[in-house]
Amino acid sequence: MKARVHVMLKNGVLDPQGEAVRHALGALGFDGVNGVRQGKVIELDLAEDATEADVTAMCEKLLANTVIESYSVELI
Amino acid sequence: MHAAVVVFPGSNCDRDLAVAFEAAGAKVSMVWHKDSALPSGVDIVGIPGGFSFGDYLRCGAIAANSPICRSVADHATRGGYALGICNGFQVLTETGLLPGALLRNAGLKYICQTVGLKTETSDSVYTQGYNAGDVIDIPIAHHDGNYYADDATIARLQGEDRIAFTYTQNPNGARANIAGILSENRRVLGMMPHPERAADVGHGGTDGQALFRALANALVTA
Repeated sequence: MKARVHVMLKNGVLDPQGEAVRHALGALGFDGVNGVRQGKVIELDLAEDATEADVTAMCEKLLANTVIESYSVELI
Repeated sequence: MHAAVVVFPGSNCDRDLAVAFEAAGAKVSMVWHKDSALPSGVDIVGIPGGFSFGDYLRCGAIAANSPICRSVADHATRGGYALGICNGFQVLTETGLLPGALLRNAGLKYICQTVGLKTETSDSVYTQGYNAGDVIDIPIAHHDGNYYADDATIARLQGEDRIAFTYTQNPNGARANIAGILSENRRVLGMMPHPERAADVGHGGTDGQALFRALANALVTA
Protein backbone atom coordinates (compact mmCIF):
# COMPACT_ATOMS: atom_id res chain seq x y z
CA MET A 1 0.00 0.00 0.00
CA LYS A 2 1.14 3.51 -0.69
CA ALA A 3 0.11 6.71 0.94
CA ARG A 4 0.71 10.31 0.06
CA VAL A 5 0.78 12.88 2.84
CA HIS A 6 0.31 16.57 2.08
CA VAL A 7 1.68 18.94 4.71
CA MET A 8 0.83 22.64 4.54
CA LEU A 9 1.39 25.58 6.87
CA LYS A 10 -1.92 26.37 8.56
CA ASN A 11 -3.95 29.31 7.37
CA GLY A 12 -2.87 32.36 9.29
CA VAL A 13 0.75 31.19 9.63
CA LEU A 14 2.92 33.42 7.47
CA ASP A 15 4.50 31.50 4.60
CA PRO A 16 7.46 33.63 3.51
CA GLN A 17 8.54 31.08 0.89
CA GLY A 18 5.10 31.15 -0.70
CA GLU A 19 5.22 34.95 -0.67
CA ALA A 20 8.62 34.92 -2.38
CA VAL A 21 7.25 32.61 -5.07
CA ARG A 22 4.25 34.92 -5.55
CA HIS A 23 6.56 37.91 -6.04
CA ALA A 24 8.70 35.93 -8.50
CA LEU A 25 5.62 34.98 -10.53
CA GLY A 26 4.60 38.63 -10.60
CA ALA A 27 8.07 39.60 -11.81
CA LEU A 28 7.70 37.10 -14.67
CA GLY A 29 4.53 38.83 -15.77
CA PHE A 30 2.01 36.36 -14.36
CA ASP A 31 -0.60 38.80 -13.16
CA GLY A 32 -3.46 37.96 -10.88
CA VAL A 33 -1.69 35.51 -8.57
CA ASN A 34 -3.36 36.51 -5.33
CA GLY A 35 -1.60 34.07 -3.07
CA VAL A 36 0.89 31.21 -3.03
CA ARG A 37 1.24 28.67 -0.25
CA GLN A 38 4.11 26.20 -0.39
CA GLY A 39 3.91 22.84 1.33
CA LYS A 40 5.40 19.40 1.00
CA VAL A 41 4.34 16.00 -0.22
CA ILE A 42 5.64 12.85 1.47
CA GLU A 43 5.10 9.48 -0.22
CA LEU A 44 5.15 6.37 1.93
CA ASP A 45 5.58 2.81 0.72
CA LEU A 46 3.85 0.73 3.40
CA ALA A 47 3.16 -2.89 4.30
CA GLU A 48 -0.09 -4.19 2.83
CA ASP A 49 -1.82 -4.35 6.20
CA ALA A 50 -1.07 -0.72 7.08
CA THR A 51 -4.12 1.44 7.68
CA GLU A 52 -4.96 5.08 7.26
CA ALA A 53 -4.93 5.32 11.06
CA ASP A 54 -1.27 4.25 11.03
CA VAL A 55 -0.44 7.05 8.61
CA THR A 56 -2.39 9.55 10.70
CA ALA A 57 -0.35 8.49 13.74
CA MET A 58 2.86 9.03 11.74
CA CYS A 59 1.67 12.52 10.81
CA GLU A 60 0.83 13.41 14.39
CA LYS A 61 4.10 12.09 15.79
CA LEU A 62 6.61 13.16 13.17
CA LEU A 63 5.57 14.11 9.65
CA ALA A 64 3.70 17.30 10.57
CA ASN A 65 4.08 19.78 13.42
CA THR A 66 0.45 20.45 14.20
CA VAL A 67 1.32 23.70 15.97
CA ILE A 68 1.98 25.26 12.57
CA GLU A 69 1.04 22.68 9.95
CA SER A 70 -2.04 20.86 8.78
CA TYR A 71 -1.89 17.57 6.88
CA SER A 72 -4.05 15.34 4.75
CA VAL A 73 -3.59 11.66 3.95
CA GLU A 74 -4.31 10.12 0.57
CA LEU A 75 -4.14 6.34 0.09
CA ILE A 76 -2.95 5.44 -3.41
CA MET B 1 26.51 21.77 38.78
CA HIS B 2 26.61 18.75 36.51
CA ALA B 3 25.64 19.59 32.94
CA ALA B 4 25.00 17.15 30.10
CA VAL B 5 25.39 18.42 26.54
CA VAL B 6 23.52 16.39 23.95
CA VAL B 7 25.29 15.77 20.66
CA PHE B 8 23.32 15.02 17.49
CA PRO B 9 24.76 14.41 14.03
CA GLY B 10 24.99 17.97 12.73
CA SER B 11 25.32 19.71 16.10
CA ASN B 12 28.04 22.34 15.82
CA CYS B 13 27.81 24.36 19.04
CA ASP B 14 28.09 21.40 21.41
CA ARG B 15 31.69 22.06 22.39
CA ASP B 16 31.15 25.82 22.65
CA LEU B 17 28.30 25.14 25.06
CA ALA B 18 30.42 22.68 27.05
CA VAL B 19 33.22 25.27 27.32
CA ALA B 20 30.75 27.91 28.55
CA PHE B 21 29.36 25.54 31.19
CA GLU B 22 32.89 24.56 32.29
CA ALA B 23 34.01 28.18 32.49
CA ALA B 24 31.13 28.76 34.92
CA GLY B 25 32.39 25.89 37.06
CA ALA B 26 30.25 23.00 35.84
CA LYS B 27 31.22 19.40 35.35
CA VAL B 28 30.19 18.53 31.80
CA SER B 29 29.27 15.19 30.24
CA MET B 30 28.76 14.91 26.50
CA VAL B 31 25.84 12.64 25.64
CA TRP B 32 25.31 10.99 22.25
CA HIS B 33 21.82 11.09 20.72
CA LYS B 34 21.56 7.31 20.62
CA ASP B 35 22.14 7.01 24.36
CA SER B 36 18.88 6.24 26.06
CA ALA B 37 19.73 7.63 29.49
CA LEU B 38 21.35 10.75 30.89
CA PRO B 39 24.32 10.27 33.25
CA SER B 40 23.17 10.06 36.86
CA GLY B 41 23.22 13.27 38.83
CA VAL B 42 22.73 15.60 35.89
CA ASP B 43 21.26 18.95 36.97
CA ILE B 44 20.88 20.54 33.57
CA VAL B 45 20.74 19.31 30.00
CA GLY B 46 22.10 21.58 27.30
CA ILE B 47 20.76 21.11 23.79
CA PRO B 48 23.19 22.88 21.50
CA GLY B 49 22.93 24.79 18.28
CA GLY B 50 23.67 23.39 14.88
CA PHE B 51 21.77 21.53 12.21
CA SER B 52 20.76 18.26 13.80
CA PHE B 53 20.02 15.64 11.13
CA GLY B 54 20.63 18.24 8.45
CA ASP B 55 17.39 20.06 9.39
CA TYR B 56 15.62 17.36 7.35
CA LEU B 57 11.82 17.33 7.51
CA ARG B 58 11.71 20.31 9.94
CA CYS B 59 14.43 21.84 12.10
CA GLY B 60 14.73 19.74 15.24
CA ALA B 61 11.97 17.28 14.31
CA ILE B 62 14.12 14.18 13.96
CA ALA B 63 16.31 15.07 16.95
CA ALA B 64 13.17 15.50 19.06
CA ASN B 65 12.32 11.86 18.40
CA SER B 66 15.79 10.47 19.17
CA PRO B 67 16.30 8.08 22.12
CA ILE B 68 18.05 10.68 24.30
CA CYS B 69 15.21 13.16 23.92
CA ARG B 70 12.84 10.78 25.70
CA SER B 71 15.22 10.96 28.67
CA VAL B 72 15.47 14.72 28.35
CA ALA B 73 11.67 14.94 28.43
CA ASP B 74 11.56 12.69 31.53
CA HIS B 75 14.25 14.84 33.15
CA ALA B 76 12.26 18.02 32.48
CA THR B 77 9.03 16.43 33.63
CA ARG B 78 10.71 15.52 36.91
CA GLY B 79 11.60 19.20 37.35
CA GLY B 80 15.08 19.04 35.85
CA TYR B 81 16.63 22.02 34.08
CA ALA B 82 17.14 22.21 30.32
CA LEU B 83 18.64 24.91 28.12
CA GLY B 84 18.11 24.77 24.37
CA ILE B 85 20.00 27.23 22.21
CA CYS B 86 19.18 27.87 18.55
CA ASN B 87 18.65 24.38 17.10
CA GLY B 88 18.22 23.30 20.73
CA PHE B 89 15.26 25.70 21.04
CA GLN B 90 13.79 24.18 17.87
CA VAL B 91 14.23 20.70 19.38
CA LEU B 92 12.50 21.78 22.62
CA THR B 93 9.48 23.10 20.72
CA GLU B 94 9.33 19.94 18.63
CA THR B 95 9.31 17.80 21.78
CA GLY B 96 6.50 19.93 23.17
CA LEU B 97 8.55 20.92 26.25
CA LEU B 98 8.13 24.52 25.10
CA PRO B 99 5.11 25.91 23.23
CA GLY B 100 5.13 27.31 19.71
CA ALA B 101 7.40 26.65 16.76
CA LEU B 102 10.26 28.28 14.87
CA LEU B 103 9.45 29.18 11.27
CA ARG B 104 11.67 30.24 8.39
CA ASN B 105 12.95 33.82 8.90
CA ALA B 106 10.47 36.29 7.46
CA GLY B 107 13.16 37.70 5.15
CA LEU B 108 14.08 34.16 4.03
CA LYS B 109 17.76 34.83 4.66
CA TYR B 110 20.11 33.09 7.04
CA ILE B 111 21.10 35.79 9.53
CA CYS B 112 24.45 35.83 11.31
CA GLN B 113 24.97 38.98 13.38
CA THR B 114 25.10 40.30 16.92
CA VAL B 115 21.75 41.58 18.10
CA GLY B 116 20.44 43.51 21.07
CA LEU B 117 18.42 41.38 23.47
CA LYS B 118 16.20 42.86 26.12
CA THR B 119 15.93 40.83 29.30
CA GLU B 120 12.20 40.62 29.95
CA THR B 121 12.36 38.83 33.28
CA SER B 122 15.04 38.16 35.83
CA ASP B 123 12.82 35.54 37.46
CA SER B 124 14.60 32.35 36.37
CA VAL B 125 17.90 30.65 37.12
CA TYR B 126 19.01 31.65 33.64
CA THR B 127 18.18 35.34 33.75
CA GLN B 128 18.68 36.25 37.40
CA GLY B 129 22.16 37.58 36.58
CA TYR B 130 20.50 40.37 34.60
CA ASN B 131 17.98 43.00 35.58
CA ALA B 132 14.68 43.11 33.76
CA GLY B 133 15.10 45.73 31.06
CA ASP B 134 18.84 45.12 30.61
CA VAL B 135 19.89 45.08 26.97
CA ILE B 136 22.70 42.65 26.15
CA ASP B 137 24.56 41.96 22.92
CA ILE B 138 24.40 38.32 21.83
CA PRO B 139 25.04 36.74 18.41
CA ILE B 140 22.37 35.02 16.37
CA ALA B 141 23.01 32.61 13.51
CA HIS B 142 19.90 31.01 12.10
CA HIS B 143 17.64 30.53 9.12
CA ASP B 144 14.59 29.40 11.08
CA GLY B 145 14.28 31.59 14.14
CA ASN B 146 10.94 33.21 13.48
CA TYR B 147 9.03 32.33 16.65
CA TYR B 148 5.39 31.53 16.10
CA ALA B 149 2.62 30.68 18.54
CA ASP B 150 -1.08 31.40 18.38
CA ASP B 151 -2.55 34.49 20.06
CA ALA B 152 -3.68 32.60 23.16
CA THR B 153 -0.22 31.12 23.68
CA ILE B 154 1.52 34.49 23.24
CA ALA B 155 -0.90 36.08 25.72
CA ARG B 156 -0.27 33.27 28.18
CA LEU B 157 3.52 33.61 27.86
CA GLN B 158 3.19 37.34 28.49
CA GLY B 159 0.74 36.92 31.35
CA GLU B 160 2.90 34.34 33.10
CA ASP B 161 6.11 36.37 32.63
CA ARG B 162 7.62 33.53 30.62
CA ILE B 163 9.24 35.59 27.87
CA ALA B 164 12.91 35.60 28.84
CA PHE B 165 14.38 37.72 26.05
CA THR B 166 13.05 39.86 23.21
CA TYR B 167 14.89 41.38 20.26
CA THR B 168 15.37 45.13 20.43
CA GLN B 169 15.18 45.10 16.61
CA ASN B 170 13.30 42.11 15.32
CA PRO B 171 15.58 40.36 12.79
CA ASN B 172 13.43 37.41 11.77
CA GLY B 173 9.73 38.23 12.12
CA ALA B 174 9.29 36.53 15.50
CA ARG B 175 5.91 37.22 17.08
CA ALA B 176 6.07 39.74 19.94
CA ASN B 177 9.83 40.05 19.17
CA ILE B 178 10.36 36.82 21.11
CA ALA B 179 13.92 35.53 21.25
CA GLY B 180 13.62 33.14 24.21
CA ILE B 181 10.91 31.64 26.40
CA LEU B 182 10.61 29.71 29.65
CA SER B 183 8.56 26.64 30.49
CA GLU B 184 5.67 26.82 32.92
CA ASN B 185 7.93 25.81 35.85
CA ARG B 186 10.60 28.28 34.58
CA ARG B 187 13.24 25.53 34.46
CA VAL B 188 13.40 25.04 30.71
CA LEU B 189 14.71 27.90 28.58
CA GLY B 190 14.76 27.93 24.79
CA MET B 191 16.41 30.82 22.97
CA MET B 192 17.56 31.46 19.42
CA PRO B 193 20.57 33.71 20.26
CA HIS B 194 23.84 32.13 21.35
CA PRO B 195 24.99 33.21 24.84
CA GLU B 196 27.80 30.62 24.63
CA ARG B 197 29.27 32.67 21.77
CA ALA B 198 29.51 35.73 24.01
CA ALA B 199 31.04 34.12 27.07
CA ASP B 200 34.76 34.82 26.71
CA VAL B 201 36.78 37.95 25.96
CA GLY B 202 38.08 36.13 22.87
CA HIS B 203 34.54 36.08 21.49
CA GLY B 204 34.46 39.84 21.30
CA GLY B 205 31.72 40.07 23.90
CA THR B 206 30.97 38.61 27.32
CA ASP B 207 27.31 39.50 27.82
CA GLY B 208 26.37 35.81 27.82
CA GLN B 209 28.63 34.97 30.75
CA ALA B 210 26.11 36.14 33.34
CA LEU B 211 23.63 33.52 32.16
CA PHE B 212 26.02 30.63 32.78
CA ARG B 213 27.33 32.09 36.04
CA ALA B 214 23.82 32.65 37.41
CA LEU B 215 22.93 29.11 36.44
CA ALA B 216 26.00 27.68 38.14
CA ASN B 217 25.35 29.69 41.30
CA ALA B 218 21.73 28.60 41.44
CA LEU B 219 22.41 24.94 40.82
CA VAL B 220 25.34 24.71 43.24
CA THR B 221 23.16 25.84 46.08
CA ALA B 222 20.11 23.90 44.87
